Amino acid sequence: MSSIAAHESDALRMPDAQADHKPHGFLDRWLFTTNHKDIGTLYLVFSLLMFLVGGTMALVIRAELFMPGLQLVEPDFFNQMTTMHALIMVFGAVMPAWVGFANWMIPMMIGAPDMALPRMNNWSFWILPFAFAMLLSTLFMDSGGPAAGWTLYPPLSLQTGPSFAFVVFAVHMMGISSIMGSINVIATIMNMRAPGMTLLRMPLFVWTWLITAYLLMAVMPVLAGAVTMLLTDHFFGTSFFNAAGGGDPVMFQHIFWFFGHPEVYIMILPAFGVISEILPTFSRKPLFGYAAMVYATASIAFLSFIVWAHHMFTVGMPLEGELFFMYATMLIAVPTGVKVFNWVSTMWKGAMTFETPMLFALGFVVLFTIGGLSGLMLSIAAADLQYHDTYFVVAHFHYVLVPGSVFALMAGTYYWLPKWTGRMYSERWGKTHFWLSAIFVNVLFFPQHFLGLAGMPRRIPDYSPQFADFNQWSSIGGFLFGATQLIFVGVIVHCVWFSRKPARARVWESARGLEWTVPSPAPYHTFAEPPDIDESMVVHADEVSH
Amino acid sequence: MNRANTVIITLAVLAAVAAAFWLLLAAPALTGNEINMPVGVTAQSAIHYELHMVILKICVVIGVLVFGAMFTSIVLHRKSRGHRPAEFSHNTSAEIVWTIIPVLILISMAIPATTALVKMEDASGADLTIKVTGFQWKWKYEYLDEEVAFISALSADSNAARQLRSGIDPATVDNYLLDVDHPLVLPVGKKVRFLITADDVIHAWWVPDFGWKRDAIPGFVNEAWTLIEQPGTYRGQCAELCGKDHGFMPIVVEALPEPEFQAWLAAQKTRSQAEAQTVASEWTTDRLLERGRAVYATHCATCHQEDGGGLAPAFPALAGSPVSTGPLQENIRVVLEGREGTAMQAFGDLLSATDIAAALTYTRNAFGNDTGDVVQPRTIAETTQH
Repeated sequence: MSSIAAHESDALRMPDAQADHKPHGFLDRWLFTTNHKDIGTLYLVFSLLMFLVGGTMALVIRAELFMPGLQLVEPDFFNQMTTMHALIMVFGAVMPAWVGFANWMIPMMIGAPDMALPRMNNWSFWILPFAFAMLLSTLFMDSGGPAAGWTLYPPLSLQTGPSFAFVVFAVHMMGISSIMGSINVIATIMNMRAPGMTLLRMPLFVWTWLITAYLLMAVMPVLAGAVTMLLTDHFFGTSFFNAAGGGDPVMFQHIFWFFGHPEVYIMILPAFGVISEILPTFSRKPLFGYAAMVYATASIAFLSFIVWAHHMFTVGMPLEGELFFMYATMLIAVPTGVKVFNWVSTMWKGAMTFETPMLFALGFVVLFTIGGLSGLMLSIAAADLQYHDTYFVVAHFHYVLVPGSVFALMAGTYYWLPKWTGRMYSERWGKTHFWLSAIFVNVLFFPQHFLGLAGMPRRIPDYSPQFADFNQWSSIGGFLFGATQLIFVGVIVHCVWFSRKPARARVWESARGLEWTVPSPAPYHTFAEPPDIDESMVVHADEVSH
Repeated sequence: MNRANTVIITLAVLAAVAAAFWLLLAAPALTGNEINMPVGVTAQSAIHYELHMVILKICVVIGVLVFGAMFTSIVLHRKSRGHRPAEFSHNTSAEIVWTIIPVLILISMAIPATTALVKMEDASGADLTIKVTGFQWKWKYEYLDEEVAFISALSADSNAARQLRSGIDPATVDNYLLDVDHPLVLPVGKKVRFLITADDVIHAWWVPDFGWKRDAIPGFVNEAWTLIEQPGTYRGQCAELCGKDHGFMPIVVEALPEPEFQAWLAAQKTRSQAEAQTVASEWTTDRLLERGRAVYATHCATCHQEDGGGLAPAFPALAGSPVSTGPLQENIRVVLEGREGTAMQAFGDLLSATDIAAALTYTRNAFGNDTGDVVQPRTIAETTQH
């Protein structure tokens, strides 16, 4: 391990008296916990579990699509799988995982003893298992799970049976959890930074989460409103979205995507933050253009509110509307481009090493950029009249979500796992996990670009034989990618319980930031006394130091 | 390391990245599979194809440059080569340049994208108007002002093969899942305007060779147009999730030269007039049952199943059902008006009086529902007129 600094001393270790006040007993420790690290762990374990559940549903989809003809499942169950896969991955895997990272890392990065609102923190996590138990239970009900796609477009979603009420209530609970989580993040960052940790000294991960939290606060209530109107249309005879009763089915799409577009940035902005932590560490060079990165993130967040109808270029908007949403969407390429250029410039003339977190971060930059470029193609409204609702779109959003958000989650996990557990993970298995993931994720999703361009619509359980070859590639890639993730689980289990290799406080040779000034594993309580911050400890001192 | 070496490595990496892109984009075509958007058979589809190719090429160039720089750095600037890290953390002029250049690229892209869209939205001056209505899971085509209308659903061959574990190899079925019983017939060289709507849930009408898709939304009438340049058969599918058989409501357009189209249209008119006259006449039970079986297979069996057993929980059985064996008037009402909030459609808008009468006669006597009821077409016609 060349990257572990040999000169690391234990001088920064906290006094033992502060190190541990863990409650005894399983329930006291986990159910009643108000500790940000324990709650972070709960979030991360829960999201990993949901990642595997949602992944299994994806494998049902890919198995049915392995060849033309229906071999395994009825079309209605297929639609339940596509719907549930998306709901689970978005609300159960990616979002809670980022909240887990926020819980663990934000207090340690800004020198705070805990999150600002610890009891609410406990509640916002413990709502989730109930929300997802309820959502998943609909699969076992007579009327089946939701099958109208995660976008829940009426009138189709209103054809769901009585189980629809459970879906709506589950979405409400997820929304409440997210809103409480984001209130907590904002309150913590605004009030609990250690003296000297000015806003423009905060690590990028803290910045991206702060902006994400505002996005969440702004749009989750909008989603809650939309699904509540679906609920009353379904069960109480209202006609918000029923044209026959004077309602408007297209209005739902506007409301949904007013939530839905910021939602995709909610899933990717924290990823930008993690990548902006990892690349400087392993390039041994400060992040290029720190201030520009902050402003680019804020610009992307702002733009995310005024581009929603690019999901709706085919609904028959007036020409002026289509033009506005096309131009606004194209603009997003500018701040996103700034981010990518800055990451490459961070690497430029550095002294790079390629431990697992760095490999995942590099994979992220390349594959997220491919997803970003296909997004630019989709913004061209006239061409989108062809792309829309085809596998080209499926390929696009999976590139930004899987080798985008999920790779960033994995990069972050490998980066901070030694800090969380106090032990080193197996670098060999981590690298194996990366290379297999990077290869199979492309076998899985790249051919879907071709399928979409050649005319395969999305959300179909069966297809014409002309699409057979690439579907087969994609399915094979899917199964191998799925199997590869068991290595990830194995590496984590090994690191937590079996690894014999202790981690230093500053795990990575040139890692900077307050989290590396506390011992590994991070003691149960950190920064009970605010740290004295000097320039060498903070990640981005350059902007204020001259 | 000297400057010449750096340049050589940079060029080599750029070449490698470009080759990787080429391999990624071109090699799959060698397998004989279609990998790109069709150029299509209309001026509009050619414009959309051109836009797609231009933006794709811009994206590839950006990708090659960004990844080229990144991999060059990965090759050169690694600790294992003894590279010492530089300390720079920003460069204002570079940042301004790579903000402004993308803006210029986007502006150059926005111009053709805007003209293409303006053209697409101009459906004026059409020679012929077709109303397209999406139903779960078929299309209805009406030639406005021509009194010709018909339903277009998945062909019987594909429908048999697409059942779960049907045992029929899709490769043996002609145009599997892309074939219908009654294709939409259109003239070549004429501007055709489409008025697109839906009866139940949202669908989307899409033929890739025409270059666009448009949502069919209940309560809305969307406009689109095409001008087909070559005679031929063009196939597409519903492109908006519309329930369990979303994957099984294809679109087939047969484009004919104008004289042949007019002949076809005239034949259709004669047929529909003949059909209208049969409504008034008295039908025998056998004729009604025979026709009813066919109507049931096309329009009812998807949900209620061939044997009338239904598909629990959403689609009730007709065999022994209180509706199919209960009062006739209530049964007629359900079929004509549908059931709100379920997939049961209002067939009064969809099928002729004769078809509905035949289907009702069939369902009230098949599957052991021996009611003995015979429903005459004129009964239905009178009900719908009130």
